[in-house]
Amino acid sequence: MTTTSLPTSLGTASAGGLDAARVTWAAGGRLILDGVDVTAPAGAVSGLLGPNGSGKSTLLRVLAAVQPPADGAARVAFDGADLLGLPRRRRARLLALVEQEASTDLPVTVLDAVLLGRIPHRSLLAGEGADDRAAARRALATVGLTDLADREVATLSGGERQRVHMARALAQEPALILLDEPTNHLDIAAQLGALRVLRTLAGQGVTVLAALHDLTLAAQHCDHVVLLSGGRVVAAGDVRDVLVPDVVDPVYGVRTDVLTHPRTGRPVLTFSPRD
Amino acid sequence: MTTTRTVRDPAAAGTAATTARPARRGAAWWLPASAVVLVASVLVAVTVGPAALSVGDVAASVAGHLGLGPVLGLEPLGTLRDGMVWELRLPRVLTAAAVGGGLALCGVVMQSLTRNPLADPYLLGLSSGASLGAVLVLVAGVTALLPVAAFVGAVAALVAALALAGASGTITPTRTVLAGLAVSQLAAAATSFVIFWSATGDSYREILSWLMGSVAGATWTSVAITGVAVLVLGTLLASTGSVLDAFTFGDTAAATLGVPVARVRWLLLVGVALLTGALVSQSGSIGFVGLILPHAVRMLTGARHRLLLPLSALCGASFLIWADTLARTVFAPREVPVGIVTAAVGAPVFALLLWRGRRLA
Repeated sequence: MTTTSLPTSLGTASAGGLDAARVTWAAGGRLILDGVDVTAPAGAVSGLLGPNGSGKSTLLRVLAAVQPPADGAARVAFDGADLLGLPRRRRARLLALVEQEASTDLPVTVLDAVLLGRIPHRSLLAGEGADDRAAARRALATVGLTDLADREVATLSGGERQRVHMARALAQEPALILLDEPTNHLDIAAQLGALRVLRTLAGQGVTVLAALHDLTLAAQHCDHVVLLSGGRVVAAGDVRDVLVPDVVDPVYGVRTDVLTHPRTGRPVLTFSPRD
Repeated sequence: MTTTRTVRDPAAAGTAATTARPARRGAAWWLPASAVVLVASVLVAVTVGPAALSVGDVAASVAGHLGLGPVLGLEPLGTLRDGMVWELRLPRVLTAAAVGGGLALCGVVMQSLTRNPLADPYLLGLSSGASLGAVLVLVAGVTALLPVAAFVGAVAALVAALALAGASGTITPTRTVLAGLAVSQLAAAATSFVIFWSATGDSYREILSWLMGSVAGATWTSVAITGVAVLVLGTLLASTGSVLDAFTFGDTAAATLGVPVARVRWLLLVGVALLTGALVSQSGSIGFVGLILPHAVRMLTGARHRLLLPLSALCGASFLIWADTLARTVFAPREVPVGIVTAAVGAPVFALLLWRGRRLA
């Protein structure tokens, strides 16, 4: 997978994938995002890393146009199109966001929850058609939930629920998918399951940008990472260039040792307190 | 970050077998079936009570007034019995149907938009606000403005309740209900005060019918106001199924599905307030219909709004027809306000929802 080890380019629109520049967001007079530039190449899994409160979730929400950026300087381009300027429904056919916490008290089945992803593809007055159901079934198959289609979402385990949300995003048939900590609160097998889905998507040419907490998990599964700290980008590029002690230690306030995974050859990070 | 847990959540695995639910078959039959039940309810409910009317009598009276009597070969009813059907019972039953259907619809929309299983026009104070608005113009003698004033009262109450619930942090379901309680108590007290101050005759009875709700005084004007409101606003609200579906997982999810969240929320809540205002201006604030009907129908059909909205309206109409029939017959010749019957059914359901939703606090 090709990745760039250079900091994100300014001004020049990349050929494919996500290219956002100068994203700023403030709440209560405090800057949460301070001129963030971020790219995510098409057909790759990009990881958005950083400590709690570094602005990962906020950045994803601004990129998804759920929150408007603080000023007009922000530019969010995808395949050359201005994402923030697109009509809502067209944007919803291009971009999907998987939130960290999305729950419901309603008795919805897995299939119905996934069918929600078809709303941007059909008239608001029309019911879902055969192609909508087919797309929902494909999405369920991709995340491996076909057998649970008729179960109620509330009865699923955390990992299964996370995959439902992914399937709902996939049913939108997006070219860009943003995920906020898709592995949070999941056990190891479920974490790997979620990341396997992301790899599959990237293999199909989808641009994937996922906020991740676990640096080693990111090192194993991401092609490209962006490290945020205090609302600014500290480093961006290949995991081997970004996830090194010189970069990670000051951001997290720890001492990092980077080992090499015996089978994959990718970095494995371990941490100890900084004395 | 990573844990040493290797088994997938065993509790969840255990529920897999027990909660597997058969696909909801026969969904297409719910609507025609409930429409048939509604028509039958209207015909039968009119016959219930003194004077031993039959469904045939009701049909004859209706046909006669629609000019179809000779065509269908139905004997005209005697003047007294015809008056009982056409002037007293039928307007009352039809008003009950319109009010019940409309309130149930309002409940579905409010519960979806606020993601609050406890939302309904009564609990959030809209009904009380509408009652206050209605009583104010009645006392002032400008009866023509009745539905408008009730609408203004409903909107004011809704804005006040939501502002109060959101004033000190995030809006939670329980907080919203508490705020609605404060607003509705204030509006109810103001309503009582206005009637006490102005009424010359039986003010207690009048207060009671506004606070508890009643369709005892329904006329064909009531049928026209509530019926038109339900047909126009109700049809608009009932067509928003996909939009309400998009709110299933919250505002952010709705926004990423291409829904203009803020605009939709205000538009639909104003629609709900309009409808509530029109209904309450004729019936007073009847409680719990908007709360229990949507929950009951969801248990039958699931949460998909394209079916839930029209079905709740049809079932709500039948429900209130029978609640009102009970209200006027159980203690006959005494008549109780229909709100007592709906509260007797609704309050336990409300308690059950509170208990089930403990974590919503």
